[in-house]
Amino acid sequence: MERVPILKLGSTLFVSIQIDLQDDSVIQLQEDLAEQLVATRANGVVIDITAVEIVDSFIGRMLTTIGSISRLFDAETVLVGMRPAVAITLTELGLSLRGVRTALNAEKGLALLNGSS
Amino acid sequence: MDELPIQSGDDVVRVRQHVRVVAAQNGLSLVDQTKIVTAASELARNALVYGGGGMARVEAVTSGHGRPGVRVDFTDDGPGIADIDLALTDGWTSGSGLGLGLSGARRLVDEFELTSKPGGGTSVVVVKWSR
Repeated sequence: MERVPILKLGSTLFVSIQIDLQDDSVIQLQEDLAEQLVATRANGVVIDITAVEIVDSFIGRMLTTIGSISRLFDAETVLVGMRPAVAITLTELGLSLRGVRTALNAEKGLALLNGSS
Repeated sequence: MDELPIQSGDDVVRVRQHVRVVAAQNGLSLVDQTKIVTAASELARNALVYGGGGMARVEAVTSGHGRPGVRVDFTDDGPGIADIDLALTDGWTSGSGLGLGLSGARRLVDEFELTSKPGGGTSVVVVKWSR
């Protein structure tokens, strides 16, 4: 199983998913993020999915869960860089990613967090 | 036709990658590739999680009108599905998921055929045509 790295940028945790996600990697990311939120006291999480070719119902549910977990640690999650084909497919699949904020790219995602903190 | 085993999370990723290649080679648009790969991901996970593992058979096909497409046949020898209509209902799940896998996969493809009986395993055949 490949692990998704988590970077700290100021008071934000930055996650760029560059691997073909399998379920165990997503569950691991969820656990790693929760630990990092406590360890770093970050108040925001940016998840960059520019390189992610598909988001199925499991991955989508995990992204929503990460948003909920972050909120428990007083941190906001912004999902950035979703590909158009992924957005169309997710919607048709029936997933709305309710509760997760989105931005077009990493820069706008970071701006959104800094503006709202 | 290419046969791929589904026995682990890595296998699910390999099935996705293979379906992507065959879909691209057969003229599916990026959006249609993404839809069939996403459906394949749902069905491969189902075969692994609920069917205890299985097999995916991926092949290029041509419609009666001469349109190319990709066909994927998922089979498992798991416990089968007692109530297929219920299993295809949005939001219904026998496990811990959202209950969107099977019903969502059906919406993402052009043809969808599910065969199952309790104790007799499950087979799901999906087809996506190029436009």
